[in-house]
Amino acid sequence: MIAILCRYGELFLKGGNRHIFLRTLVDNVRALVRGLPGAKVSAPHGRVIVSVPDEARVEACSRLERVFGLVSISPAASVPADIEAICAAAVVEAQAAVARDPALARSFKIEAHRSDKLFPLQSHAIACRAGDAVALATKIPVDVHQPALRVGIEVATGGAHVFAERRPAPGGLPVGVSGRALLLLSGGIDSPVAGWLAAKRGLDLEALTFHSPPFTGEKSKDKVISLARHLARWQAVSTLWVAPFTEAQKRLREAGPAELAVVLYRRMMVRVADRLCQRAACGAIVTGENLGQVASQTLTNMRNIEVASGHLILRPLLTYDKVETTALARRLGTYEISALPYEDCCSLFVPAHPATAARLSDVERAEANLDVAKEADQIAEQAERIVL
Amino acid sequence: MTVYLDNAASTPPAPQVVSAVSAAMTDLYANPSSAHGLGAAAARALEQARAEVAALLRAQPSEIVFTSGGTEANALGVLGAAALARGRHIVVSAIEHPAVLRSAEGLLKQGWELSKVGPGPDGCVSAEAVRAALRPDTTLLAVMLVNNELGTLQPVAEIGRSLRAAGRKIHLHVDAVQFAGLIPIDVTALGADSLAISGHKLHGPKGTGALWLRKAARVAPLWDGGRQEGGLRSGTENLPGWVGLGRAAALCRESLEPGRAVAALRDRLESLVGQAVPRSMPTVPVSTPRAPHIASFRLPSLPAEPILHALEARGVYVSAGSACSTREHGPSHVITSIGIGEEDAVLRFSLSRLTTDSDVRVAAQALAEAVEEIRLVVEGNRGGQR
Repeated sequence: MIAILCRYGELFLKGGNRHIFLRTLVDNVRALVRGLPGAKVSAPHGRVIVSVPDEARVEACSRLERVFGLVSISPAASVPADIEAICAAAVVEAQAAVARDPALARSFKIEAHRSDKLFPLQSHAIACRAGDAVALATKIPVDVHQPALRVGIEVATGGAHVFAERRPAPGGLPVGVSGRALLLLSGGIDSPVAGWLAAKRGLDLEALTFHSPPFTGEKSKDKVISLARHLARWQAVSTLWVAPFTEAQKRLREAGPAELAVVLYRRMMVRVADRLCQRAACGAIVTGENLGQVASQTLTNMRNIEVASGHLILRPLLTYDKVETTALARRLGTYEISALPYEDCCSLFVPAHPATAARLSDVERAEANLDVAKEADQIAEQAERIVL
Repeated sequence: MTVYLDNAASTPPAPQVVSAVSAAMTDLYANPSSAHGLGAAAARALEQARAEVAALLRAQPSEIVFTSGGTEANALGVLGAAALARGRHIVVSAIEHPAVLRSAEGLLKQGWELSKVGPGPDGCVSAEAVRAALRPDTTLLAVMLVNNELGTLQPVAEIGRSLRAAGRKIHLHVDAVQFAGLIPIDVTALGADSLAISGHKLHGPKGTGALWLRKAARVAPLWDGGRQEGGLRSGTENLPGWVGLGRAAALCRESLEPGRAVAALRDRLESLVGQAVPRSMPTVPVSTPRAPHIASFRLPSLPAEPILHALEARGVYVSAGSACSTREHGPSHVITSIGIGEEDAVLRFSLSRLTTDSDVRVAAQALAEAVEEIRLVVEGNRGGQR
């Protein structure tokens, strides 16, 4: 068995709610390692510790690197709280680290921490003993100021953990602690990134996508499902709603002048989202909108769209440059899926010259030609629910 | 009801092929190279399949190398010949399938020079243009028999004859994957050195193909190993697949002039579409020499993919340009090379010997409806510009 020490950051700041945050974090960790045979999760003070059989180490680490709320993880050797055993483990971990990356052999430092105050040696003394052992066995020089290799030792009641590797985790807040929201997800580059960022701040998301056959094919739908499944790797999204939009799109298109079409579609989309928010107990809508990127994303039009909804609309990408969004999409792995060239939902219905600042009265006049509330009810009613 | 008119992308395997593959998997599991009787039975079945494929191409069985498909057969023909060639100049038609085009482009990294011969607006390269591209150091030439997106026949025999007449020692490789078992091939009359076919384009299994290699022609294997297939294609034989390919080849020969019947249905489709779909036109003139199974329609100022899905909603399955091109970015190099821009939809309806008259009528009617549906939306947007 090895132990993976999981560190959480901001949770310390959360005063009275801290235990709720921690419970959610532990639940999320448990859900993610479920299915790994022999995995056990515990939460001694200040840490979440996942114990797994050695052969599950790589898979467990890669899963834990996707838990929001964790800032870093360290696969560690578990040894008895005994200074000889600790020193031996420090040597093994240091040697393994240098074998992985020879550049680490430049210098090292021991960082010891004793939370079990009954342990006979104080933290500094533990570091000195282990440092001597590692220096003797590996011939790596000590540098306490700018070490290339840091070997960590944590002594707690009943045992100690020794590690030489720290891998970054995504940070943020545990998914769920900020509530639930509905993500408007398309096959594009932006909305999956927006969903990831929203989940990073603790939102538990369901996703809603609009499907317009025959203007979009099965492959477009599969692409959005792939994106949603990809986000589910971070526990960001649990459910995808696929709502049929073709008929509404045609009627909206005929209801008013072409340059209003985009605003009319988006108002309909948030109305449908309102209804699904109620069904799915979501308190807000998350979109990939970005200030100034396209015609529907001017201040005026974002306002025009927002007033059609009864919900708070969150736009995590509002101030991102396209290159920033794309860089993040690449890092998350959503870019490769988004870049598949299937027609997206409304690209064909988009007029050549959409209005960048539609007058709300014009928009409302166009909508008066049909029963928008009933239309939204129907679309929400017909939405297909896919559990990811 | 399903009207499958995407046979140039892949054909449904014939039931006899399915049972031949299944029987071979069940009974002929031994390795054809094994010394015992079970191995001998497998080897006999393999040679039977080879004879069937050879007969379809009017070739000698010893000239057939089985492969994993059309792409591998093309790579073996082009790259295998390039590896042994002395000159460093290759000529290809600009409308080759990526299997040939990208193999040829890959040779650039090995110091080769590449000339691409463009087609006329009819989607055919001319033998004169090919001749004009040849240089004294040209050692390799690849021209496809039937273009996969347009169905146009390329003048391979004429090119082959002129090479022989000029006494040129140039390896002529022919990608014949889209002959689809529907037009007679006589490899000796073509004057080619190698010719690639694919199993799944003629109601055989996917993952199977063959290269015909003229007895006196030489190619280097793409990789080495157990030296099966005369040393040209190492790897344990895909016995069930190649038995299936052999069966498919036999069925192509047995069906009496299937090409003529398919051509008649294609002509009927083209005439019905011409009547029912306003502003549609054949992508290339119908008088162009063409294989019998491909009808390509051009729909000016319309998007291809929504029409494809609108057809799908009516049970009719076709491709936009070529099925391969929709998965890539940018328009098809073939459609572009005949001067058609991205703003027009090009739809490929490809038939097989299983296509019926009713299929063709349903497809034409469905296309009329689909185009009408999409046009309303697209033109509505244009009308909205102010």
